[in-house]
Amino acid sequence: MVLYAFLCIAAAVFIGGLGVRIWAYAATPVPLRIPVTPAPLTRSGVVMRLFWEVVLFRSLFNASKWTWLFGWAFHATLLFVLLTHLRYFVQPAWMWLGLVQDLGGYAGLAMVAALVALAGRRLFVPRISAVTAPSDYLALALLIAIGLSGLAMKFVFHTDIVAVKAFALGLVYLDPQPLPLDPFLIIHLSLVAVLLVVFPFSKLLHGAALFFNPTRNQPDDLRESRYAPRITRNGVPAARSDTA
Amino acid sequence: MAVTLGFDASKAGQGDPQELPALRPGAMAASKSYPASSAQQQLLGFPGELVDQWQIKAIAKLGELVQRSRALKVALDACVKCGACTDKCQFFLGSGDPKNMPAARQELLRKVYRRYFTWAGKHMPWLVGAEDLTEATLDEWYIYFHQCSQCRRCAVACPFGIDTAEVSMAAREIMDSIGKGQRYCNEIIGKVLTIGNNLGLKKHALAATLEGLEEEIKEETGVDVKLPLDVEGADILLVAPSADFFAEPHIASLIGYGKVLHEAGLSWTFSSHASEAGNFGMFIGSSENMQRVLERVGDAVRALKVKRLVVGECGHAWRVAYNFWNTLAGPYETLDPAYPIPQHICELTYDLWRAGKLRFDKSKNDHIRLTYHDSCNPARASRIGPDPGSQFEIPRALLRATCNHFYDMAPGTIRENTFCCGGGGGLLTDELMEVRLRGAQPRMRALRDVADEHGVTHMAMICAICKAQFTTVLPQFGFESDGVVGVHQMISNAIVLTGSVQAQEYEARLASAGNGDVAAGGKR
Ligand code: HEM
Ligand code: HEM
Ligand code: SF4
Ligand code: SF4
Ligand code: SF4
Repeated sequence: MVLYAFLCIAAAVFIGGLGVRIWAYAATPVPLRIPVTPAPLTRSGVVMRLFWEVVLFRSLFNASKWTWLFGWAFHATLLFVLLTHLRYFVQPAWMWLGLVQDLGGYAGLAMVAALVALAGRRLFVPRISAVTAPSDYLALALLIAIGLSGLAMKFVFHTDIVAVKAFALGLVYLDPQPLPLDPFLIIHLSLVAVLLVVFPFSKLLHGAALFFNPTRNQPDDLRESRYAPRITRNGVPAARSDTA
Repeated sequence: MAVTLGFDASKAGQGDPQELPALRPGAMAASKSYPASSAQQQLLGFPGELVDQWQIKAIAKLGELVQRSRALKVALDACVKCGACTDKCQFFLGSGDPKNMPAARQELLRKVYRRYFTWAGKHMPWLVGAEDLTEATLDEWYIYFHQCSQCRRCAVACPFGIDTAEVSMAAREIMDSIGKGQRYCNEIIGKVLTIGNNLGLKKHALAATLEGLEEEIKEETGVDVKLPLDVEGADILLVAPSADFFAEPHIASLIGYGKVLHEAGLSWTFSSHASEAGNFGMFIGSSENMQRVLERVGDAVRALKVKRLVVGECGHAWRVAYNFWNTLAGPYETLDPAYPIPQHICELTYDLWRAGKLRFDKSKNDHIRLTYHDSCNPARASRIGPDPGSQFEIPRALLRATCNHFYDMAPGTIRENTFCCGGGGGLLTDELMEVRLRGAQPRMRALRDVADEHGVTHMAMICAICKAQFTTVLPQFGFESDGVVGVHQMISNAIVLTGSVQAQEYEARLASAGNGDVAAGGKR
């Protein structure tokens, strides 16, 4: 019951925080055109640029193969695990969710392995430990702990999935349901609650930032159309800026 | 150069350009640029010396900037410390100082941002690496934000496009606003605002120089190539970096512009009022000052009633012109929209050449074995030509058209991955010589490789700062200082001016080679 309330609050903080932070990005002006070139010339080109950045981490691939490998593997498996988790939240569970269910466990294993590799990089590559703060380790530790507690349930100490599903649906419909008192489940869900609270207010929001960064989301069409936002970097109105 | 430095360029100049150095904390902490004088500060609208309660004012300024620039906000919020940028900065590669790693450079500002603007930083600073703004931190800002050339090599690598250049511009803006400006940049901006160009050249000096150059060209070619100044009603206003009027080897490119425009029969002029394409307002992150410098160009456009605006060879000047002119000082209603506003001199020359209006005698550059240094600002912050990436192709096409021996440097060191020359972004000052040498090291190694492999003797470029920097550092790395050439210098050497001594000789040579179609022979 306590956990139920905690998770509800966490989810509310998560959604609210996400909204506030994303709104803050959207509302922050971009005084000048600063795409990193070569940049696409059109809006649709920008969409493709961002698409490849999100789906394949293209810049990272070009910049650092090992980080890319571990980082991309982590995010891909995380996405997969989260998708398989949908089965707790949709009723009736979609067909394909049943089909990929078994893969979820392997994805979870791969996710934890990738996280450990990222943590290893952070610990043992001097350049990277030099820019790391304790919170950067904690983010990895938190995700690893969530992953391990989930894997424990998947492979060793099975829990009552039907009850978990009732509980999870109860979260969605604001209808408290009892939760099996399995230690790993409690750990898993408590940590998830922590993750939800921390997410919007930490570097974990980086996914959203990617879409908002003018260095990547602006088209390179300066000579075709005048860029005239309301203010410049110093808050000076752009000279003779009649129209946008 | 008499300064003794902890840097042995002859040794450092060998090896893999991207080789990772061992971390040497504090290695560059002693390289500090001179502070601006209070007169220099005040001219730009900044306080003359460190203000009372500077901490409070700096923090307020930081807050203001973060609210006004989303790029800065993203940079300070979103870095995941993935490390992809940490081995990309030439100033780190050359020095091993960890504070020259882009993520660490950002962190200098970020730790203060966290402390005062985030919940975690206010309440648990130790957890997220937040720190108070102390005198020591301010000192580090001053040192390391003046060891960044704002080249964006790190921004290309970052999975989120976080641009350390934006961070160092903001940091410099904050420092200026509390009275801690850098002498080199602020002195130069002051000269533009009062005299009209970075070098402080007055109108009569410009006129005399141009006249002297006209005579020189006449002597060399026998042709009356004009280098007009302040001609009202000319079609084209050419704005060049002021170094092009006086410095070596810049001046050779200016002669090249003149020859091209003459051969194409275009009507054009320089302006003494807007005799500077460069704009150090960008380096200090001050769009107010950037705008004040740009206004001079707008004034000249209107006063001289020109229809087109063309910019000479200068990296950051082109970025400012291409990206910011129109926003900060436009729109230029009087310019002819049929031409790009503004147009790069390389675009103009390239189009003329493609249209068959220029002839090049490549053999005039046979003594040169050439490579090309992509300057960062055209490479990563603007564009030349019609397509994404044509900023890499157009200068190379012109160089190949004017020289028989062209060899590119290694792939990871050119185009969008090009290294900075080490002197951009307000670092081209003597007291930062060690920074400049170390920053140049990766480029020098890449050059060493093509010199060894292909006998390359010369490196071409389209940036006034790059030219000045390389002219100084090449000899340190065991190259000839006259190995630095402008793209239009190569063109100047090779162009066959109609009616010139060279044309007679060239046509005779073509005819005797049995090539009947002389007129078309040298084109394309
Ligand atoms: C649109 C969504 C997202 C994109 C495009 C994205 C992209 C990236 C990239 C490119 C990196 C750097 C490479 C690396 O170190 O792995 C990264 C790091 C990271 N991401 Fe994401 N991410 C997204 C969502 C998420 C989410 C939802 C989480 C977790 C809850 C997350 C957690 C992390 C963590 C912890 C790191 C740091 C890894 C380390 O410490 O080395 N990301 N992300
Ligand atoms: C309220 C939300 C969540 C609930 C109710 C939940 C519940 C569960 C349950 C019951 C299992 C065991 C699966 C089985 O035995 O077959 C599990 C596994 C797992 N969970 Fe969660 N979880 C939640 C959120 C998350 C989040 C946010 C992450 C990742 C950051 C995560 C990562 C994992 C992993 C990696 C596994 C093991 C592999 C797998 O079965 O897919 N979980 N979770
Ligand atoms: S912008 Fe260039 S000089 Fe500055 S940190 Fe990035 S790579 Fe280094
Ligand atoms: S590449 Fe970008 S996200 Fe990664 S450490 Fe550098 S600035 Fe941060
Ligand atoms: S001077 Fe040249 S190489 Fe250096 S930052 Fe500017 S454009 Fe880049």
